[in-house]
Amino acid sequence: MRRHLLSAADLDLADATLILDTAELIDTALAGREVKKLPTLRGRTVVNLFFEDSTRTRISFELAAKRLSADVINFAAKGSSVSKGESLKDTALTLEAMGADAIVCRHSASGAPHRLAEWVQGSVINAGDGTHEHPTQALLDAYTIRRRLGRLDGVRVAIVGDVLHSRVARSNVVLLDTLGAHVTLVAPPTLLPVGVESWPAEISYDLDAVLPKAEVVMMLRVQQERMNASYFPSVREYSRRYGLDARRMAAMSDEAIVMHPGPMNRGMEIAAEVADSVRSTIVEQVSNGLSVRMAVLYLLLGGASTSEAGVA
Amino acid sequence: MTSAAWLIRRVRPYGEQAVDLLLRDGVIADAGHDLKAVGAQILDAGGLIALPGLVDLHTHLREPGREDAETVETGSRAAALGGYTAVHAMANTDPVADTAGVVEQVWRLGRDAGLVDVAPVGAVTVGLGGTRLAELGAMADSPARVRVFSDDGVCVADPALMRRALEYVKAFDGVIAQHAEEPRLTQNAQMHEGVLSARLGLAGWPSVAEEAIIARDVLLAAHVGSRLHVCHLSTRGSVAILARAKADGIPVTCEVTPHHLLLTDECVTGYDPLFKVNPPLRTAEDVDALRAGLAEGTIDAVATDHAPHAMEDKECEWAMARPGMLGLQQALSVAVEAMICTGLLDWRGLADRMSIRPARIGQLDDHGQPLETGRPANLTLIDPDARTVVTPAELASRARNTPYARRELPARVVATFLRGIPTVLDGKAQR
Repeated sequence: MRRHLLSAADLDLADATLILDTAELIDTALAGREVKKLPTLRGRTVVNLFFEDSTRTRISFELAAKRLSADVINFAAKGSSVSKGESLKDTALTLEAMGADAIVCRHSASGAPHRLAEWVQGSVINAGDGTHEHPTQALLDAYTIRRRLGRLDGVRVAIVGDVLHSRVARSNVVLLDTLGAHVTLVAPPTLLPVGVESWPAEISYDLDAVLPKAEVVMMLRVQQERMNASYFPSVREYSRRYGLDARRMAAMSDEAIVMHPGPMNRGMEIAAEVADSVRSTIVEQVSNGLSVRMAVLYLLLGGASTSEAGVA
Repeated sequence: MTSAAWLIRRVRPYGEQAVDLLLRDGVIADAGHDLKAVGAQILDAGGLIALPGLVDLHTHLREPGREDAETVETGSRAAALGGYTAVHAMANTDPVADTAGVVEQVWRLGRDAGLVDVAPVGAVTVGLGGTRLAELGAMADSPARVRVFSDDGVCVADPALMRRALEYVKAFDGVIAQHAEEPRLTQNAQMHEGVLSARLGLAGWPSVAEEAIIARDVLLAAHVGSRLHVCHLSTRGSVAILARAKADGIPVTCEVTPHHLLLTDECVTGYDPLFKVNPPLRTAEDVDALRAGLAEGTIDAVATDHAPHAMEDKECEWAMARPGMLGLQQALSVAVEAMICTGLLDWRGLADRMSIRPARIGQLDDHGQPLETGRPANLTLIDPDARTVVTPAELASRARNTPYARRELPARVVATFLRGIPTVLDGKAQR
């Protein structure tokens, strides 16, 4: 494994599989325990450096680090020196001087974690950078698929929605390709980036044509600010053409699952009865996120074998 | 002028047959073999190539306003070290060079520095605001004698205003230098739109945003019979539009930067804002088309778009960084790498694109003249065989944002003469 996790492209098949396997070991080790805590990262410091609001990702990383017994510092941009104009570099050097072993970074600018990684000795984990990537989301999605379907190789995945602005989509396309899955991107042409034809994925503008063949349907959140920028004529038209409702869900094969990285716009890209159906993995994704982030922190920081860590 | 005479021995003008050049009283007083000149200082230039002093149509000197990034003096020094004897200073200073007062100040600062002739560019619109014409005539009539007008950094996007500007400057034979960028197509744009922007998740700056404005402006220039100059061409399509316009006899000229002749959007992969520039670095196919356009003369000039920025404006997140890169000191070397080493241009061709044509576009009569007796002694001497590794800390600019750090480049400027006076000798600035 590399020192940092900046992009899903940093992971080859062996790395990715190791993370998923480690997450599974952690789940097994903790299953049924009253005290859900491992001593693995005792004495290590993990900083959650969040320049963008994201309660779910931050608490997931926070809990993951705490369950591994690391010391956790939450550094939110609001109300800190950052809002007083401190640069990313100075923030990085400050955290470095405090001895951060890992920095979990969420930032609205694509590539910010890459910059950070040049300035610090510790590991940098990309927790979402602009419209670039969100590698741990892709890992938890892959983990969820593997647990539900029992495999990743050859699985047919449809990723539906605002691919253009989605870091979740970018990381998933890369990681799922590494893991041998077949991805189809479904979106209106306005929400696909120029250059998407070079991605290891099929492209479709027609959700109804893709659904019957998909084993996984991953719905992307449509951000509020896209709705008034002529990417599509209206919320209703988007929903009619690209929303997953009960009628469309009925066209899916029996064992197919529905995923969403959250937070959802119920009634927009996903209907309530779909989100709450047995196909939906949305709540599982949250708990799987915890296991996968524990695995990532452990593998980047632990450096110890799984048995030493008391996981096995 | 009371300066000492200089006898330059065995130099090869344009890389051709070696001659001696005698510089006296600001002009080339004599050219020939085994010249003798009593009291003249002697410079043995065996192996060196002489070119007319380079002329830059596009420099940001940052003064007034951002003297922490560059001043007229430091920028002039970088220019002289790069082989330049004249530079055009862009108008996007603070305050903007949109009045006779500001252009005259910049012109005087240039004269005081005494390293290159600084020709201020006047803003087309008040405050670069794109709504009201600046007092172009007053700037033209000032001691700075402004002939090139540009809102560079911002496009004159309003077609009616662009038309008026093109028409108005005919009264004093001015030229509008357009920064071609359709603003609605480049909102929040961060890099060339293509395969890499899709992967890197950076908002795209599509080629069409440049080409659409160029096509429009070429048609406007033809309609009103005015001269148009297009700044920093960056796309293959732009070259094609300009080639067509020139074939149709439309009076349009254009420039390309050194970095667009050498670097591609692949440089952006690590998100280092040293490679953030506007227009953005494009693809290898664009680079090839720009080189070909420059070689065949569709593109008239290499212009640096030298854009110094303070460290904190580059040591940050990509999206927060200011666009632009240093250019003056390495422009010749980059042009040699892109055009001479590839056999696309010879030294005479390079002199045409880096001195003769830019001087003509900017109407600087003392510059871009042939290296012959009686002409102004504005020239630069180049060691074509030297190779230099670029070290940012050693650059003359106040800023350090060169995209060529640690890169080895060919050719080195050994000496530069401005009206017979050495501004650079043995690769060192003389003041």
